[in-house]
Amino acid sequence: MILFKIALRNILRNSRRSAMTIGAVAVGAIAMVLFGQFMAFLVTGFETSTVRRTGHLSVFHNGYFDFGAGNPSAYGIDDYIGMIRMIDDDPVLKPMLAVVTPTVSLFGIAGNFDIDASKTFFGLGVVPSDRDRMRQWDEHHMFTDGIATADALDDSGLRDDDETRGVVGVGVARILGLCVKLKVHNCPTPPQTAVSGHSDMPPSRTDLTELTQRDHDTAQPAPADSSPRLDLLAATAAGAPNVVSMVVSKAEPEGIKELDENTVVMHIKLAQQLLYGRGAHKAVAIVVQLRSTSDMTAARARLNDLIKLHGLDLEVRDFTELQPQYEQVIGMFSTIFMFIVIVMGTIVLFTVVNTMSMSVMERTNEIGTARAMGVRRSSIRWQFVIEGWMLGIVGVCVGLMLAAVIAAVVNRAGMSWTPPGQAAPIPLRLLTHGSGRLVLIVGLGLVAMATVAALIPANRAARMQVVDALRHI
Amino acid sequence: MSSDVSSKAPPEAVRPINDAPAVRLREVVKTYDREGLQVTAVNGISLEIPRRRFAMIVGPSGSGKTTLLNLIGCIDTPSAGYIEVCGENVAALSDRRVTDFRARNIGFIFQNFNLFPVLSAYENVEYPLLLLGMPAAERHKRTLAMLESVDLAAQQHHRPNQLSGGQKQRVAIARALVKKPELVLADEPTANLDSHTGAAIIALMRHAQSEHATSFVFSTHDPQLISHADDTFTIRDGRLVELRA
Repeated sequence: MILFKIALRNILRNSRRSAMTIGAVAVGAIAMVLFGQFMAFLVTGFETSTVRRTGHLSVFHNGYFDFGAGNPSAYGIDDYIGMIRMIDDDPVLKPMLAVVTPTVSLFGIAGNFDIDASKTFFGLGVVPSDRDRMRQWDEHHMFTDGIATADALDDSGLRDDDETRGVVGVGVARILGLCVKLKVHNCPTPPQTAVSGHSDMPPSRTDLTELTQRDHDTAQPAPADSSPRLDLLAATAAGAPNVVSMVVSKAEPEGIKELDENTVVMHIKLAQQLLYGRGAHKAVAIVVQLRSTSDMTAARARLNDLIKLHGLDLEVRDFTELQPQYEQVIGMFSTIFMFIVIVMGTIVLFTVVNTMSMSVMERTNEIGTARAMGVRRSSIRWQFVIEGWMLGIVGVCVGLMLAAVIAAVVNRAGMSWTPPGQAAPIPLRLLTHGSGRLVLIVGLGLVAMATVAALIPANRAARMQVVDALRHI
Repeated sequence: MSSDVSSKAPPEAVRPINDAPAVRLREVVKTYDREGLQVTAVNGISLEIPRRRFAMIVGPSGSGKTTLLNLIGCIDTPSAGYIEVCGENVAALSDRRVTDFRARNIGFIFQNFNLFPVLSAYENVEYPLLLLGMPAAERHKRTLAMLESVDLAAQQHHRPNQLSGGQKQRVAIARALVKKPELVLADEPTANLDSHTGAAIIALMRHAQSEHATSFVFSTHDPQLISHADDTFTIRDGRLVELRA
């Protein structure tokens, strides 16, 4: 007890120096915790948005992942309904599953020939109700706790009972001149001079328009509302051009600019009709969304077992493989975080070493007196180590309290930023919820660092010769 | 400074043999190496200080008084010779055991008082008892009694910077005596005090020595204090030049 009493009183005795040291530890704690919380917000938000869009695992035809983008129709899964049933009914997988749903991916050209605009697109055919359920996934309570915007809970624009409807990225809507009809904010309309009549079109474009017109004649009647239409052109499995008409329900931001300017989401039946025409309809992938990301490894292993057991020519990929940016983002922020840890840790280390060295120097005579009175070297060492430890504890407590205040202010400030490659700004938030582990690790790490730093001057104090210490002025 | 007191009671093996003299030195030499120059501070001193005596080491500045006290106090090691303190050949003890030996058997009074500035007078006096692992009740009783004996019970909560020079030295005397050591060493305890306070301190030490039946050895360069001593050892240039019992 006397060790702690003396340590505390010495810290108070040199209040200005102690305050500087505590301040350095506190700044270190603030920097690490706030950046860690910011990183957690980004990573968790990225995970949530990715899992909502692509699920955790995707089952593809073997080879699709490497070659399928060039010819998705050739890599379809024939009996996808049977496969989904098998996954749904598997007793090992069942408790882990949130959604199991087929998807069709394709590439084509989308055209709005009212204004003679067209562009290539990346199409995704989904089961609307399954997509809606996937968009409810929120394992980390990012949306239910109001940490992120809950746009996913809005009308998705797709309905199981309406195969003609689809949703496009805001970029697609802008390029194809749909912003006014879709009432998209902050979306410029194309200049009038760029819009021309059919008579100016080159012959190939006229053919495409006629093809579209023929398709319109055989398709369902136009909806009663004023929703715009897009004509989607793609090559079928047989290589023939195929066109379908899609009613655009809404435009929604896709985050990344490339996705925003290329995404067209439609009913799976429409996508199958476009990709397979009158041929057998397949799924390009079976998407598996789990209740928890922590089950991903186990679920993937089980899916591989099932595929092997039934001799299926399928493969399983997880969302980090489908979205390589996920690992890259984590890697980048982890590197920055480590850099901050190293810089702050070094500052704390040198500050504590400096403070304790000055303390040892000033108290050399006391050290000599204590040793003469019968205090062992080990106790002298402990005395200074405890002081370093106490400075670390107080610094960490101050730092964590200030970090909590700063995080609360930042989270209420409504700040936003646009990360590289993003189409629109995202909220700048700090994920305080569930950051207990981060706080604990930062706290314990800094206290340990302060304690270890104190060990260097403490050893010097313990090694002093009594006579030399007593002679010190 | 402090210690983890709960397990620091010195082992029984270093307890003194009661019939031995308080201090016995044989041909003790202490040489320092100062930037390549060999300086002999104590040059072949042999002496014996009986128990329960008020002994004084006298000599001019630089004569080797402090070095001799340091050697007797086991805080320095001789270059040659034999040192026995309270019956123990201290040169044969390890650093840890000699530290424990000091904790139990030797009390120090320093010229500059050397009180711990962050501790109160009470805590300074209590400190040596903590090193011995004494129970709290006994510690409290003995500390208060010691403070009363030096007439500082009223100032027990004062920190050293709230005390006068004379009061500080009385606290230092109480701290040295509270553990009832076999030997108390005082290095020029009156050097930083005015003559009146110095005389009072010497009188207090003399009284404490007789009351606690402790061996006192103190150094001084003030010949006026010689009259207070039972034994006087005069040294010059590191050699014992006169012994007066």
